[in-house]
Amino acid sequence: MTDFFLSLGMNYEFAWFTATIAGILLIALPLMLAVAMVIYVDRKVLGAVMLRRGPNVVGPFGLLQSFADGLKVFLQETIIPSASNKVLFLLAPIITFTVALAAWAVIPFNSGAVLADINVGLLYVLAVSSLGVYGVVIAGWASNSKYPFFSAMRAAAQMISYEVSIGFILVCVVLWANSFNMNDIIEAQRGHGFGFINAFAFNPLLFPLFVMFLISAMAETARAPFDLTEAESELVAGYQTEYSSMSFALFWLGEYANILLMCALCAILFWGGWLPPFEWEPLYWIPGWIWFLGKTFMFFLVFSWTWATVPRYRYDQLMRLGWKVFLPLSLLFVFLVSGYLMLTRYAPL
Amino acid sequence: MIQTFAFYLFAVLVVASGTLTITARNPVHSVLWLILAFFNAAGLMVLVGAEFIAMLLVIVYVGAVAVLFLFVVMMLDIDFAEMRAGFIKNFPIGILIALVLLAELVLGIGAYRAGALELGVPDGAAAPIVGESNITNIGALLYSKYVFLFETAGIILLVAMIGAIVLTHRERPEGARGHQNIDKQNRRRPEDATELKTPSIGKGVEL
Repeated sequence: MTDFFLSLGMNYEFAWFTATIAGILLIALPLMLAVAMVIYVDRKVLGAVMLRRGPNVVGPFGLLQSFADGLKVFLQETIIPSASNKVLFLLAPIITFTVALAAWAVIPFNSGAVLADINVGLLYVLAVSSLGVYGVVIAGWASNSKYPFFSAMRAAAQMISYEVSIGFILVCVVLWANSFNMNDIIEAQRGHGFGFINAFAFNPLLFPLFVMFLISAMAETARAPFDLTEAESELVAGYQTEYSSMSFALFWLGEYANILLMCALCAILFWGGWLPPFEWEPLYWIPGWIWFLGKTFMFFLVFSWTWATVPRYRYDQLMRLGWKVFLPLSLLFVFLVSGYLMLTRYAPL
Repeated sequence: MIQTFAFYLFAVLVVASGTLTITARNPVHSVLWLILAFFNAAGLMVLVGAEFIAMLLVIVYVGAVAVLFLFVVMMLDIDFAEMRAGFIKNFPIGILIALVLLAELVLGIGAYRAGALELGVPDGAAAPIVGESNITNIGALLYSKYVFLFETAGIILLVAMIGAIVLTHRERPEGARGHQNIDKQNRRRPEDATELKTPSIGKGVEL
């Protein structure tokens, strides 16, 4: 895109700057639209599983429900509790929202269609998603109220626990793909299964990791059945209890942007990202970004379906799953994957 | 131009948030300023081309260590008057530590300027394979030249981890509060938990 702005007669630095701003808007605005639609899908799926209709009043099939909700919260009054720490109270939802958007900078939507094609793309995602916990912890502390505070404590422990196993799972994928760059990881999956299936998930050593990644992703985004941070039956609404109007909406948007990010990561790391599922020429006629968004959406449906089906975990069960099941298992797989690669790819024969 | 601007932005923010870490009255604010300082230091590292170290700084320090730090500080009930009272008493020790750190910094920079390290000289002439990403370079050095130090660090961490677990772990015997048998919980089925009874009219139920 820099070339396009250069052709308009700008100097290089200004063209680069404009191209980056345009790229950010091109990612962030459709992402916000996607979040609005995905909230609608979530409610429709939940309705269908519960034999209800779900939202069906605003617009055709209730499609505009999220926008109506958005307008409603926008017109509400922002209530700041008098005992709260005001600056941090208002900063917390902004941190959550910003961090949720920042991670999308390295997500490739098509071959080469990525805002920042950096060497350490996967590490960047890990770094940015580990910042997400601050929004929740600061919100819980600044509210100066007990339920948000309990929720903040739970969120901090939960996110650190599952980040560890996510880290080890990513190590295995990186070992196989031989790169931290998102585009290289996708390219490494070309023809991975029997020479024509474009997905790491068809590898018997990596498929269990995919399942673990999906479950850890649900825990990392505090999504049901791991939504201990906003467990209604125990903590009112968790860290969001004291929030109203736009600051509440920012939490909501950030949360769904994070869920979409995790779905996109599932698609990129294990299911070939923008590559079509099979190496077959007619499948390449469909543009890559449609494959990528389709795969992402499929994983979002899995998230919705799980939300509607599975009861909430107890907190000690959540910790046990993270530290006593996923951590040793993912460590074992780091050992197995690197051992297998040593024997085959890097064998000194 | 953008690099210069970014450098001064990050540098000013590191120094400012570092200062505020010390001067902030509220300990939670101190930790938050410290996190901002870490974050901007990572930005500076990206500017000098050490993107791998920058990402590790954010993942390890900002994402994990500082969260735990914040976690503890938020739960502390700190009396500020009591904290200030110890200032004069601890002042000489504080100055001593500061002087040692300063001496180490001067020594470190002096050694680097002298170019004694094989790793790299100040002008970057002997730096390892140029053009490779710095993950590849760090990996190649860690697992060849510094493999002994690297493994030693690993063993020290492992011992520390086992020590922490041994110190905090306590077995809860059957019947004690907090005792759990996960296998038993997982094996439990509805048939074992509930029993259907059909009492006849006018008669009670034997429990």
